[in-house]
Amino acid sequence: MAYSPVLAQITANGEELVDFGRAISAGFAYGLAAIGPGIGIGYLVGQAVQAMARQPEAAGMVRTTMFLGVAFTEALALIGFVVFILLGL
Amino acid sequence: MIPLFIAAEGGGEGGLHFPSIGELVNWPSFFGEGWYALNKIGLICLAATFLTLLLFFLAGRRGALVPRGIQNVVEASVDFIREGIVLQTMGEEGLHKKWIMPFLTSLFWFILFCNIAGIIPPINMPASARMAIPLVLSLIVYVVFNVVGIISQGPISYFKNALFPPGVPIALYILVTPIELVSTFLVRPFSLAVRLFANTLAGHILLVTFGILAYTTLQANLLIVPSILATIMLILMTGFEVMVAFLQAYIFTILTAVYIGGAMHPEH
Repeated sequence: MAYSPVLAQITANGEELVDFGRAISAGFAYGLAAIGPGIGIGYLVGQAVQAMARQPEAAGMVRTTMFLGVAFTEALALIGFVVFILLGL
Repeated sequence: MIPLFIAAEGGGEGGLHFPSIGELVNWPSFFGEGWYALNKIGLICLAATFLTLLLFFLAGRRGALVPRGIQNVVEASVDFIREGIVLQTMGEEGLHKKWIMPFLTSLFWFILFCNIAGIIPPINMPASARMAIPLVLSLIVYVVFNVVGIISQGPISYFKNALFPPGVPIALYILVTPIELVSTFLVRPFSLAVRLFANTLAGHILLVTFGILAYTTLQANLLIVPSILATIMLILMTGFEVMVAFLQAYIFTILTAVYIGGAMHPEH
């Protein structure tokens, strides 16, 4: 039982267990929060590039709208990042 | 065992020690406590304010027909905000209201100076990485777009259009109205502030991480190659942060313009 001393050490101290949980869930909070916005921004920018390639004269308008969409999509990942900081402190 | 772990196990001077967030962003006051206390963040904010004023004072002093130097930069930024932000989001009407262009331009330059302080070597701290500054800016924007909506549409029809968007079946208002209430009046200022705050803080942490990595690996004598790699990464990330500083200033300004434009006209 290679791991049992570690477990015994962790369970012996409640504070450390809480820290352990916080560290794990902080990592998961950011990692999970990054999945959706990652897919979203990729799709969004891809579609915007396609629109610009099809209609270069509308590129300015498409770019403005793209940045708006990126800003809204990114917000979710950033909230995840804030949760990560709050848990990790 | 590779030397990095030896360095890490050594602790103290030679160890790979990443500071916690509190160490990164909490700055002691230069002098005094209380309302007149001033720390690095406050100083950067004051500097950003005065630099914006100075920039426009210098640019507008001569008013040459063919712009040169500072006037050129400022005119380019004003033109960018006019063509790229106001005309795109509010149309001609945004230009008729005389306060919108100055408001957005000063917002843009202030945020840009606050952000860009994060990569200027002796300062190296973006002022917008403290929640207070983005929060105050977003509350100003919140008050402005609500007041614009109330003035240009009248209080009753503004809140009616915001909370009960036309063209929705009546039964759906049970669902739509709470969503609109939360997203327009609660989440908007919060997300506007968090977007700027989290982006600059993340960039700051990134730069600190690579800076510490480069420095520590250089200290542990055998690690020249990782140190060079970390330094290259640090330089690349600094360039990336310049882009993020501009982008976040642009995004904050354009979202402000979108909110003001949306408040001026009811949605169709």
